[in-house]
Amino acid sequence: MNDARPTSWLQLANPAVFNRWADRLLWPLVIVTLVLFVWGLYGTFFVSPADYQQGDTVRIMYIHVPAAWLALFVYAGMVVSALGTLVFRHPMADVAQKAAAPLGAAFTLVCLITGSIWGKPTWGTWWQWDARMTSVLVLLLIYLGIMALWRAVDDPLRAARAVAILTLVGAVNLPIIKFSVDWWYTLHQPASVFRLDGPTIHPSMLKPLLIMALGYLALYVVLLLVRMKTELTLRRIDRLQRLAAGIPGDRA
Amino acid sequence: MTGWTALLLRDLRLARRVGAGAELGLVFFLILVSLLPFAIGADQRFISRIAPAFLWLSALLATLLGLDRLLQADEEEGVVDQFLLSGTPLELLVLAKALAHWLVTGLPLSLAAPLLGLMLAIEPQAMAPLALSLLIGTPALTLIGLIGAALTVSLKRGGLLLSVLVLPLTVPTLIFGATLVKEAALGRPYTTPLMLLGGMTLLMLVIAPVSAAAALRHARQ
Repeated sequence: MNDARPTSWLQLANPAVFNRWADRLLWPLVIVTLVLFVWGLYGTFFVSPADYQQGDTVRIMYIHVPAAWLALFVYAGMVVSALGTLVFRHPMADVAQKAAAPLGAAFTLVCLITGSIWGKPTWGTWWQWDARMTSVLVLLLIYLGIMALWRAVDDPLRAARAVAILTLVGAVNLPIIKFSVDWWYTLHQPASVFRLDGPTIHPSMLKPLLIMALGYLALYVVLLLVRMKTELTLRRIDRLQRLAAGIPGDRA
Repeated sequence: MTGWTALLLRDLRLARRVGAGAELGLVFFLILVSLLPFAIGADQRFISRIAPAFLWLSALLATLLGLDRLLQADEEEGVVDQFLLSGTPLELLVLAKALAHWLVTGLPLSLAAPLLGLMLAIEPQAMAPLALSLLIGTPALTLIGLIGAALTVSLKRGGLLLSVLVLPLTVPTLIFGATLVKEAALGRPYTTPLMLLGGMTLLMLVIAPVSAAAALRHARQ
């Protein structure tokens, strides 16, 4: 067992190895992100047609919808990280989880704000208590709670486990919240991309939308890597400061 | 007498003697209800319309009271360590804590609610459903609060954080509970929200003790 080579998954638990991989991936990913955004935004503003009912307002969709997808995707990623923390005790899972939470909150906020800007000309109001907006708002509140818990507990290991439990409890509750809010009120138009009978959105609009979604995804990965590297550096500084001050380490 | 019932009785006795028992929660509930007309005016018809929602919100806030000390005192005095050594599963012991909390907050609130509903001019046919919805729904609120209490157990000023963590998770319970009373007030059938409310409580009965016990264990590793 001792001379077995650790898998790459376990090697990543070493911050130095992780940093090396992150550095190697970072710049190519930045370029990919930029290309996707330039391509996607060009498609958004110049190629895709204006909607016959909504006019040019429809272009907000290319910013709004990928943000909504990412808001949920980031939470799903945090659930995986939470399992990594609780089950495998993978140290990078803690770091990924901590780095992801504010990003998820930011995507959720972008989704809400662009939705609000779209709602003003379309519905005639900045805010509408409809089912989807309300459940996205609750998602934002859950993100904020997770961030607050991170900040409240000093010891990063204990904070990571508490947050992991909260993340899992939130994951069980999110579908119920979604269901209950839908049940409570529905005014929003029905989903028009992910449907069993195929997308109802026209291909000329679907293509820029998907490019923007990939751009958002790449942006998320870039920001996640940078934030994880920052978090590792901060922890290292904290450890060195404790050593310098002669405080016995707190297991971190 | 097993450890479980001993813990339950101890918590009930503590609640009675320390004065944070049922009466104080009821007084808080009563104050919230009497503040409502000052805020929105004495229009009986308007008050009657928002009463179900307001009573449920008040019950939610009243349940939050004291949650931050639910496990903290035991944690500080080493009682939680005794829990872990006792051989009784921690999940069951935290459930006893939650039950004791509900018996001194949720239960009296549910029984007093029809009286307060009278002051808020709720339709007579909604009185019994109001009490029923709170009886079935407030355990879910306490159990969700138990998770928050376990997550913030080591924090000195965790009260506000606990509310921030817990309140978003109470959305479904609030929706089902308030809708039940509203439907009943309009004289419509309310079986669906009743079933969903019961489902929430049963689900939390499973999730909350497991999560709270996990949080307490992880807090001491």
